[in-house]
Amino acid sequence: MAKTLTQEFTKGLWEEIAPFRLVLGLCPVLGVTTTMENGIGMGLATTFVLVFSNILVASLRNVIPAKVRIACFIIIIATFVVVTELLMQAFAYPLFLKLGVFIPLIVVNCIVLGRAEAFASKNDIALSIADGLGIGIGFTLSLAALGALRELFGANNLTVWTTPTSVIGVQEVFGTSFEPFSFMVQAPGAFVCLGLMLCVMNLMGSK
Amino acid sequence: MGYMEIIIGGIFVNNILLAQFLGNCPFLGTSKKMETAVGMAMAVVFVLVLAGVITWLIYAFFLEPYKLVYMRTIAFILVIASLVQFVEMFLKKSIPALYAGLGIFLPLITTNCAVFGACILNVDKELNFMKTLVQSMAYAVGFGLALILFAGVRERIILARVPKPLQDTSIGLVTAGILSLTFYAFKGMI
Repeated sequence: MAKTLTQEFTKGLWEEIAPFRLVLGLCPVLGVTTTMENGIGMGLATTFVLVFSNILVASLRNVIPAKVRIACFIIIIATFVVVTELLMQAFAYPLFLKLGVFIPLIVVNCIVLGRAEAFASKNDIALSIADGLGIGIGFTLSLAALGALRELFGANNLTVWTTPTSVIGVQEVFGTSFEPFSFMVQAPGAFVCLGLMLCVMNLMGSK
Repeated sequence: MGYMEIIIGGIFVNNILLAQFLGNCPFLGTSKKMETAVGMAMAVVFVLVLAGVITWLIYAFFLEPYKLVYMRTIAFILVIASLVQFVEMFLKKSIPALYAGLGIFLPLITTNCAVFGACILNVDKELNFMKTLVQSMAYAVGFGLALILFAGVRERIILARVPKPLQDTSIGLVTAGILSLTFYAFKGMI
């Protein structure tokens, strides 16, 4: 029954990778992945909230009464979201502006609440950290992959991170003569891309 | 910005589900059957309008004067959670028929990002009270319209022969993309 730390960590990377295996937390997945950079930023912000809320929920799991646990979890999560908001305003302001409304929306991201309810409220702190990190990194990878796909075909670029002075990434991957497929970076492209990625995941999983 | 623009913008151009990507979990989760889609749409219309107005009042008369704007995430989520609880108790006591109709969808709305997101967007855009009311209604109607349209399409897809890896959520997302494309066509209106 008892699983090791590594098992709890790695399950988030493939077996239970969000948002593909658990179809939860779709709003940021669709909303921010117009570039790879946004995807990575959003994923890291969610990971931060996920790990710290898991730690707090796990350490308070014997104190919180069962009847009001959901309300308590939401307050814990909201606290860490505010912390993230303030930290991002201080250290990553351009990214904060780009992600916009989706940073406060981490509060209502079903993945975070789902892990608090399904995992952290039943396991000790070390396991909860491993679980939070695993799910968080899996989520970041999915967002980065979707963002990379959309940015590559929709804008012909691949940005990993933007510093105030330079841009880390590749510009004009397919050369200057490539006409960007702008459907991909717009709203309908997000749905279609995610649907097709899910299909590829299913194909690989069924073997 | 006139009222007509807010209404058309909220329902079609900036549709909360298909253009702003808010509230997509219930969008995919409750759209397999028309009945559940209608229930969810009604519950969201009800709560979104109430929540939009109440969070605006709290923001304008409490958070702003006392310089507590950075607390808005916590304040809004608490207001929405208690509002949903209150609405649930009120309906159970006074309008049992409507309560039975909305059923399980009411508590689920607490974690519906459409409601929370709409409140944050209203405040971010610095709308006045009447415009907040109209904007919330437009968002809510847009949510209901998109959800019910999508449920209708999805009920038909069950009858079609879909390749195995594409089944269920995957084909649902592609369908949503095409639906989103039709809403995208309204973009020229504003």
